[in-house]
Amino acid sequence: MTAPAPGPVQASRLPGVAFIFKKALISALVALVLFSLMIGIRTEAGPTGQLIYWTRFGDLAAMVATVFGGSIVVELLRQWWGPVGTVRIVPPSVQSTLAVARRAIAPILLIFTFLVPVIFYDQRYILDLGILVLTYVMLGWGLNVVVGLAGLLDLGYVAFYAVGAYSYALLSTNFGLSFWVCLPLAGILAAFWGVLLGFPVLRLRGDYLAIVTLAFGEIIRLVIINWQSLTGGPNGVSGIPRPSFFGIPLTPGDDGLAAKLGIEFSTTHRIVFLFYLILALALLTNWVTIRLRRLPIGRAWEALREDEVACRALGINTTTTKLTAFATGAMFGGFAGAFFATRQGFISPESFTFQESALVLAIVVLGGMGSQLGVALAALTMIGGFELFRGFDQYRMLVFGLAMVLLMIWRPRGLIGHRAPTVFLRHSQAISSELAREGRG
Amino acid sequence: MSGDHILSVDHLTMRFGGVVAVNDLSFEAERRKITALIGPNGAGKTTVFNCITGFYKPTSGAMRLTHDDGRNIQLERLNDFRISKQAKVARTFQNIRLFPGMTALENLMVAQHNTLMRASGLTFLGLIGAPSWRVAEKRAIDQATRWLERIGLLARADDAAGNLPYGDQRRLEIARAMCTEPALLCLDEPAAGLNTRESAALSELLLSIRAEGTSILLIEHDMSVVMEISDHIVVMDYGVRIAEGAPQDIRDDPKVIAAYLGADEQEAIAVMESGT
Repeated sequence: MTAPAPGPVQASRLPGVAFIFKKALISALVALVLFSLMIGIRTEAGPTGQLIYWTRFGDLAAMVATVFGGSIVVELLRQWWGPVGTVRIVPPSVQSTLAVARRAIAPILLIFTFLVPVIFYDQRYILDLGILVLTYVMLGWGLNVVVGLAGLLDLGYVAFYAVGAYSYALLSTNFGLSFWVCLPLAGILAAFWGVLLGFPVLRLRGDYLAIVTLAFGEIIRLVIINWQSLTGGPNGVSGIPRPSFFGIPLTPGDDGLAAKLGIEFSTTHRIVFLFYLILALALLTNWVTIRLRRLPIGRAWEALREDEVACRALGINTTTTKLTAFATGAMFGGFAGAFFATRQGFISPESFTFQESALVLAIVVLGGMGSQLGVALAALTMIGGFELFRGFDQYRMLVFGLAMVLLMIWRPRGLIGHRAPTVFLRHSQAISSELAREGRG
Repeated sequence: MSGDHILSVDHLTMRFGGVVAVNDLSFEAERRKITALIGPNGAGKTTVFNCITGFYKPTSGAMRLTHDDGRNIQLERLNDFRISKQAKVARTFQNIRLFPGMTALENLMVAQHNTLMRASGLTFLGLIGAPSWRVAEKRAIDQATRWLERIGLLARADDAAGNLPYGDQRRLEIARAMCTEPALLCLDEPAAGLNTRESAALSELLLSIRAEGTSILLIEHDMSVVMEISDHIVVMDYGVRIAEGAPQDIRDDPKVIAAYLGADEQEAIAVMESGT
């Protein structure tokens, strides 16, 4: 832990010993205040409910001393290293190689994803994780339309995920409609709810918009919990039909796909099918978003994020522009929800908590607002990374949180910190997202 | 009063609570002419602009826009984006409002939103890449390119608008407004912050826009620009019109000088007489 703010260091004159000492002292003092209650005193409830506490001043002293020493070391390192810049750390030759690698990363990632079921055919765990990551990639891409492109901060995205999931679950269990019929219906219903949410929040901006969308997400969840006759309440909906391979069920029976193809039945077939299904859905989301960005509606979304007043002065109907952004984002959320329902075979309101919204939003922000590749990388980092840290047991959240903080210090504008222009005359040059606005609703 | 006016503002009043920003203001802007609206700071010029372009709803009064084909549009009945879309009134802002994270070309493409939206079949034709959409997109890019060339920014077409120098941003904002193909172009202090050379280039640009048939309504503090290019000047102070006329008349009007110097009329006349 270093001092709160590293004061402006003049390049010409290095700060002296007194400066370093003072900084370390301040850090130590902050540490003392912070840890005196957290570490210095330990409390516990006694057997009869009374308060038992004991002091751990030794640990506290060690902690403060570490901070003091660490602060000096960090400051000395900083002076020895000089101002931190990318050029200094990474030589130009490596940077040019990196630039080439950056361009190749998307196709490589795509080819690898296509090959995952082939490479990891026997590893059910990896396939399941892959499906999970792809689900979040798709959700991230869907939310990216609303948050990244249109700049509307939506904290209730999970509501549309829930609408999609329940649409499929209820339509299939009650009316026996197949997955392929329900998928567009789920999307349409979610888009409808997107527009419904859009109307009351049209006038809201920034924080206020975030609060209302947050409430909307909770309302949908509470309705699902309490409308027992329709949704089964907290018990959820079970027995949701598994998807069929365009009408041919993936079952061991004679009419199953395996029997028709003349190969031995395996449960992995279904997993692989689900993997390619979500991959196709995610790629559809990506393709549509990329296309939309180059159409007037997509440009209007980005213009809306940049400056709403200017949009109105140019004759752009901001109402319909915002509503289409909400509807498009919600539709992809609905598709992902329908997929979720068919994969799980069982859904309950517990799957659609605020935490999901927060996670998807974190993926979009971490990826770099508006960047398709960034969102995919962020989903991989967040979901995959979270699994990777499983070995840390109870420190998993702590390590994960620390990694996130470091990542945001290193790349405050997300993994991909620039936007690509939608149209160009001579050459497409990336625009630093320092210039792009984040949108105020 | 029914000459060839593109815009006639009739008894316009705008109140903010107890403050009367514009008080019973009437004036006309002639077709294919440059009309300047001048006055000291706080005279209510930008408020008039905001009423005309639909950002404010006037407390009372009427604003009539007459198109070339004789079609009349009451501006006070339209709201925000429809003023630009239907009445074809475009505007720029006192503090530049470009889309800084988009390229210069993209800024001009956004301005053609309504045309392109129709051409893309409300997105659906565009999504499947219909040939008619491709043609329309090509035409829009050509139009944008023409404007970029005209304002001397063709070489920087693919640069972010936020990275352009201040003077270029001003010109780009005018080009963006022109890409909506307006009948009336409203410019709020286009010469603010420009150097002499840039102001001269701006004057030239505005004159060429006028020559092509677009009427211009202009708020400006830079008197060299106003006197050089305006056909007609309306002077405002404290929300009312205090003078109106050709540039030469305005230049010598004691009321105008009084308003600018902050002195009363008699004093101004005295100042003028002692000066000449």
